Amino acid sequence: MTDAYIGTATGTRATTDEIKSDAPQRALGLHRELDRTWANDPGWRGQISAVNHTTLGLRFMGTALVFFAIGGILAMLIRTQLATPEGAFLDTEIYNQIFTMHGSIMMFLFAIPMLEGLAIYMLPKILGTRDLAFPRLTALGYWCYLFGGLILLFALLGGVAPREGWFMYTPLSGATYSPGINADVWLLGVTFVEISALAAAVEITVTILRQRAPGMKLTEMPLFAWYMLGTSVMMLVGFPPLILASVLLEIERAFGWPFFEVARGGDPLLWQHLFWLFGHPEVYIIFLPAAGALSTIIPVMCRTTILGYGAIVAAIVALVFLSFGLWVHHMFTVGIPHMALAFFSAASVLVAVPTAVQVFAWIGTMWKGRPDMHLPMYHIMGFFLTFVMGGLTGVMLAIVPFNWQAHDTHFVVAHLHYVLIGGFVFPMMAAAAYWMPQITGRARIKGLGEAAFWTILIGFHGTFFLMHLTGLLGMPRRIDVYPDNPEWIWLNLTSSIFGFVMTIGFALFALDLVLQAWLGPRSPRDPWRAPGLDWAMRLPPPSYNFASLPGPGRLDGGAQAAQGLARGEGLLPGAPRGRREVLVTGVGSARPELIAILPGNTALPLGLACAIGAFVLMMLSGLYWLTLPALALVAALIWVWARGMAQGHDAAPVEVAPGLSLPVHIHRHDTLGRTGTVCLLLADGTLFAALLFGVGFLSVVAPGWPPPELTGDPKLGAGLIAGLVGGLGLGAIAVRLGLRAQGNGGAVLPAAAVAFIANLAALACLIWLAVAVLDDPTRHARDALRGVLAGYAGLHALIAAGMAGYALDQARRGEIAGTRAGCMPAWRLWQDFAAVTALIAGAILIAQGSGA
Amino acid sequence: MTLLLAGCDGPLSTLAPAGPAAGDIALLWWGMLIGSAAITLLVGVLLALSFGPPRVRPVRYWTHGWGLGFSLAVLTTVLVAGLWIGERILPRDDGAVEVRAHAYQWGWRFAQPNAEGETVQTDGVLYIPAGRPVDVIVTAEDVIHAFWVPQLAGKVDAIPGRRNLLRIEADRPGTHDGLCAEFCGLGHATMRFELVAYGVDAPPDALADAPAAEEYADD
Repeated sequence: MTDAYIGTATGTRATTDEIKSDAPQRALGLHRELDRTWANDPGWRGQISAVNHTTLGLRFMGTALVFFAIGGILAMLIRTQLATPEGAFLDTEIYNQIFTMHGSIMMFLFAIPMLEGLAIYMLPKILGTRDLAFPRLTALGYWCYLFGGLILLFALLGGVAPREGWFMYTPLSGATYSPGINADVWLLGVTFVEISALAAAVEITVTILRQRAPGMKLTEMPLFAWYMLGTSVMMLVGFPPLILASVLLEIERAFGWPFFEVARGGDPLLWQHLFWLFGHPEVYIIFLPAAGALSTIIPVMCRTTILGYGAIVAAIVALVFLSFGLWVHHMFTVGIPHMALAFFSAASVLVAVPTAVQVFAWIGTMWKGRPDMHLPMYHIMGFFLTFVMGGLTGVMLAIVPFNWQAHDTHFVVAHLHYVLIGGFVFPMMAAAAYWMPQITGRARIKGLGEAAFWTILIGFHGTFFLMHLTGLLGMPRRIDVYPDNPEWIWLNLTSSIFGFVMTIGFALFALDLVLQAWLGPRSPRDPWRAPGLDWAMRLPPPSYNFASLPGPGRLDGGAQAAQGLARGEGLLPGAPRGRREVLVTGVGSARPELIAILPGNTALPLGLACAIGAFVLMMLSGLYWLTLPALALVAALIWVWARGMAQGHDAAPVEVAPGLSLPVHIHRHDTLGRTGTVCLLLADGTLFAALLFGVGFLSVVAPGWPPPELTGDPKLGAGLIAGLVGGLGLGAIAVRLGLRAQGNGGAVLPAAAVAFIANLAALACLIWLAVAVLDDPTRHARDALRGVLAGYAGLHALIAAGMAGYALDQARRGEIAGTRAGCMPAWRLWQDFAAVTALIAGAILIAQGSGA
Repeated sequence: MTLLLAGCDGPLSTLAPAGPAAGDIALLWWGMLIGSAAITLLVGVLLALSFGPPRVRPVRYWTHGWGLGFSLAVLTTVLVAGLWIGERILPRDDGAVEVRAHAYQWGWRFAQPNAEGETVQTDGVLYIPAGRPVDVIVTAEDVIHAFWVPQLAGKVDAIPGRRNLLRIEADRPGTHDGLCAEFCGLGHATMRFELVAYGVDAPPDALADAPAAEEYADD
């Protein structure tokens, strides 16, 4: 009976060669049918309820450009101040706010959202699917980004912006030396924005792994997808240390728990380690998507194929791993052991190798083909010139003795701008020139783009080339006046003048984009004769991307594949069931496995972002008790969110192609949601590992140890910890029994009920532990860390209880029954994770009690 | 050439070294600059050549030859040079003069031996004997600062709760500028100091008149 709902035998085992084509239909009819299902709501409502990746990708990129303009204006204020040695244009307080905000905006509100936007817009089109894996999450990410960014902007307008520099070193950013809300604005605002980074990372990873067109093997997928996969994995692993550091510093500032304060056992270097554990991978997070664009565009511009696909993939993987092993090169002057200096120096130098492999693969591609100097190629030449120089100064800075001289000087300012503008902005401008016809359906107006390119190139090198010398002549970063150093005047004045030239160039570039979108003549369907699936559609792209999905034999057709797909000759044609359906394929082989039904338009992401925003604002205002109702609202909305996709009845298998029927996701365990949970837990596990690093680091390295004696009863503590771990472990067993019962057609309710109670009991043990055993967390860093470990376990137990409660509700409603597993596969992952982390945290708590 | 070197001059210039460490590092810089200029030129030539007719080279020519071979050769050279120079400028146990630089928001307090060998305290001026290696113990009162005399050596951070060590040496008697290199708040730009290197036979009067150095909590 239930077999009817898990797909035909051929369906689940279908190899990609067997898939047949559908019969052609009328393209216009298909378009209307699909657009009814996939389009945004009309009018203003459509703006707040949109979850479509094309809309949101453009919105991310558009908003990022606005922040780029704001960051650029701040840069011009900095350059105006520095044009003369005793600039009276800004006072020091405002100047400090402005350079802090310039860096923070460019990193967190321009570069990261820009690459997210590009990936969100492009990936489904390049991979041959209709949307990202979690459309509501895309929208949530956007709203979090927007609101977090607005908090930072309003703080700037109100004169209370952060002023401690974009890396916010403690103790300068601590409560003693930064009273007021300036630092809190940074910690809370940026963390709010990071929700969007994690959301994007999760769904980019899942989309690349599970939504590639059938037959697009992992080892043969377009390089852009490889680059984005590397980026998103790095984001999943790179952002949690920053989020942890921000949370710890905010707790220290708000509640007085010491983590970075020396007098109470903290260490300011813990902040630096956590920050750069994020901060260095961040550079590659920014560079990889840009390199992905280059690997896509260069072969097209040279009318050839990429040289060294395998070597480039190997280089990406090497960069992902290496970039996490060299954060210490930002800390060469903090006084670390010399062997460590040598090791991190070598690692920092080594990271240049995979970069060099890519650069030479691109040059080899150009040799192999015939480069045409279209506009994207201008920007690519700008990239080569600028990025090679930035890379070389990077190697110089990796050499410790030179680093000791150049660190914290304008040499570093010049270097990082060569890397970021060379390695990100020039490739992004190439990408804009390349994809604007795809995005707008219009060709550009000739001449303006070239003028913008030359102005930017001249302005950029005029600003930053001589700045290397400024640094070597001893000018440190982050100073606003230099009355005693007339030898720096001509250098700074030159930088300032060319800085304004560069700004004019960027204004021309923006004007070019606007004019193209607004007045440009209609673009031909394949302006570059590019092979990718991103061109196998109408321009500008329809809401659903592909009327029928590309399959084997249609994966590199470019615009030639468009017509057949639009006529429904591919897979899963149209939207006959009025649902947003996408095809889910296997991770390595890209064999079709199931049909995922995606959610439609909803304002729920906006509501949830508002609730999170309310929490952030309550924290900022110091109204800490009012954060609790905000958190309750967040939890309630997440429940509603989950309910939105719950289904209480079976869904018939869907015919994907003649002779190939696939089950709908509710009948399968290996859903997109489960892959997404794995990604989320990877990030969560990294956060936990960063916390363990913090515990180890402070225990071993911090000056103010050993801490005072623990006062709690160790036997009671051990018993309560056993209760916590036992409760979560019992929950994990109950989930398995529940899943087995569901598989056998038995009742799931009892198992869910047992798990719910076990999780609550675990939580009760933990609260008891916190009240009766743990010492005052404000006493010493050790006690504060114990509080955080307990809080981490408690939060996970609470969420596990929430998931058990949700499963209980689903079992009661009959949503977990037969072949429908409901939330159980995802819950099982969470429950196991919560139990294992609680076990580790508990073991540490006990060991701290029995140890020295 | 003279004009070029004149452009490199200045009281805070790393390119006008007045001590062995700064001299070694400046040499390293000039070497790396020449190498970098050559590599940039090379990449430019390779790019220019790509605009001719298509040329077929095996994939490994690019990825293994240039990408791995060339880059590893260059990087190894630079790394070895860096490690060698790094080893030369380290503090070592050779009976160097020991002085103390204590940073606070926003100024410097120094402790150094006078002619009689007593440790005396000065504000804003550090006195060291010329021609002798000096180890600076760098500490901080409140937030992170960094001790830097560009003409003599690299910088090291002054971190609350830690004692960092930096080896400096001035070749000849003279005065050098120093500054705080790590952003430390409102007074960062003006947190300068002066380093006076004196001839061993002519200790300055200021040192004779200076009060005895006070103890610090973390001593």
